[in-house]
Amino acid sequence: MVALATSSAGGKRPAPRARLLEDERWLAFALLVPTAILLGLFIAYPFVKGVILSLTSARVGVEGEFVGLKNFVKIWNDGIFHVTVWNTFWYTGVTTVFKLALGLWLALLLNRHFRGKAFIRAFILLPFIIPTVLSTFAWKWMFDPTFSVINWTLYQLGFITQRINWLGDPDLAMTSIIIINVWRGVPFFAISLLAGLQTISPELNEAAAIDGARPWQRFWHVTWPLLLPVTMVVVLFSVIQTFADFQLVYVMTGGGPANATHLFATYAYQLGIGTGLLAEGAAISLAMFPFLFLIVVVQLLYIRRVEVR
Amino acid sequence: MVEGGLWRRWVFFYIPLTLFVFVLLFPFYWMIITTFRPDGELYKPWNAVAYQPFWTNNPTFEHILYLFEETMFSKWMFNTLLIAAVSTVISLICGVFAGYALARLNFPWAGGLGTTIFVTYLVPQTLLFIPLADIIRNFGLGDTPWALILTYPTFLIPFCTWLMMGYFKSIPKELEECARIDGASRFQAMYHIILPVAVPGIMSAGIFAFTLSWNEFIYALVFLSSPEQKTVPVGVTSELIRGDVFFWGPLMAGALLGSIPVAIVYSFFVEHYVAGLTGSVKG
Repeated sequence: MVALATSSAGGKRPAPRARLLEDERWLAFALLVPTAILLGLFIAYPFVKGVILSLTSARVGVEGEFVGLKNFVKIWNDGIFHVTVWNTFWYTGVTTVFKLALGLWLALLLNRHFRGKAFIRAFILLPFIIPTVLSTFAWKWMFDPTFSVINWTLYQLGFITQRINWLGDPDLAMTSIIIINVWRGVPFFAISLLAGLQTISPELNEAAAIDGARPWQRFWHVTWPLLLPVTMVVVLFSVIQTFADFQLVYVMTGGGPANATHLFATYAYQLGIGTGLLAEGAAISLAMFPFLFLIVVVQLLYIRRVEVR
Repeated sequence: MVEGGLWRRWVFFYIPLTLFVFVLLFPFYWMIITTFRPDGELYKPWNAVAYQPFWTNNPTFEHILYLFEETMFSKWMFNTLLIAAVSTVISLICGVFAGYALARLNFPWAGGLGTTIFVTYLVPQTLLFIPLADIIRNFGLGDTPWALILTYPTFLIPFCTWLMMGYFKSIPKELEECARIDGASRFQAMYHIILPVAVPGIMSAGIFAFTLSWNEFIYALVFLSSPEQKTVPVGVTSELIRGDVFFWGPLMAGALLGSIPVAIVYSFFVEHYVAGLTGSVKG
């Protein structure tokens, strides 16, 4: 390869540096260096540093010393942490089910031909592209205990006579947060699944229809199996994002009322940055790692299986 | 289209679709109406008599003026724009290079490196923000735009690389080989032949990366402290709430105006954005 390249340059030997780049291995190395530096410096290094930090007694301004697994033992026995773990799994599970069901429904609606389709498709993605913090503030204002437009509507329709204190009650606060997460995630599911649906040849459905399959049967036996690979990737991707969510809870409740709605990230923030217990905060963040690792492994195995097939 | 009578079409199509659109867009309507509603109307309790929440007859610009006169909103907008633009450019350059290397070149550990980059793509920011805050401080980058310009690529590069890898793989190898036979070096072939063909992929990656950096919150919240350095999401959160008092008018005005740049970028490149979004999960 190298010999061919130099001879084709007309006998004039290129500069040594350029010749080096003719070698695939050196070119690949040169092209990957910037990425490797940035990812090494700001992902690999902080990860190692985070593990070390979680094994010390560091606070803001205090280096701290090695304390072994003390921080992990402490959070293991921490009541708020137990609530946090439960909340995170509940939040991830419930929102994923709703996002998938509603997203799939919306994708199936959009997979039809109708006037203004491109327009509607563009508009429904707005919840996903508008910065989460900003749209969450709109929701917070809609859920405001005194000025809630939702309460106003329910009151006018005669459903309630007393105000609903959306963010003041632990269960209602969690429900509110789940509603907003679903609201934000449905467009992402819908558009990704729509892209998957569009790769399925309509002839398959037509053939099934000719054979007498009802719409529901056609969906369950033709569309769904073909859509499964895309669905898997979208779900795993969304699970990771939801599990590690921060912004939504931070804005809506800040983990309250009385620490009832904390997720891993918000609790880590409260301890690590809020009260300056760096080591404990890092330990709480790292407690997410086993679950995230599991999801990533599942995803990698799944992708490999699809590629082999 | 739905088979069957008109009523079926309404029940199974028009009504659900209308409900979806209504619920998905209502918060934005609420943002807009609040922005232009005077304070006197804004703070009426939910059960007050003769209260029209969905419309105002006395639109006002006072909240928007407050934002520009009493806060550093325009500075936040500038910061966000600068940080999003620069980190997007850095990520695109790195992502295109890495994507090309992984898709086109034969070298040891190519597969392993590809997997590593895919795994970093799945690392959430919330896993690393505490040690990273320490590192940023040690590097002397705390409270400067560089703290974000250099860290945003950590979640943008893997995504750009992943997207570009898929794109490069779809470009036939022969195209490049022709150029090489005509005497182009490997790098020239990449730069002059492959990159122009890959422009749509680069656009998708760029637009998606831009919206992601505009959206980022936790790094900006932790790494920046002085009001004049903040980005829109953080500035709005920290400067328009005093203790327990929410300035809802300016808050909604800030949310509205802070959303407009992404909305504009998005509206011009919807197709590219959707391609980036679906490419990001399909790979």
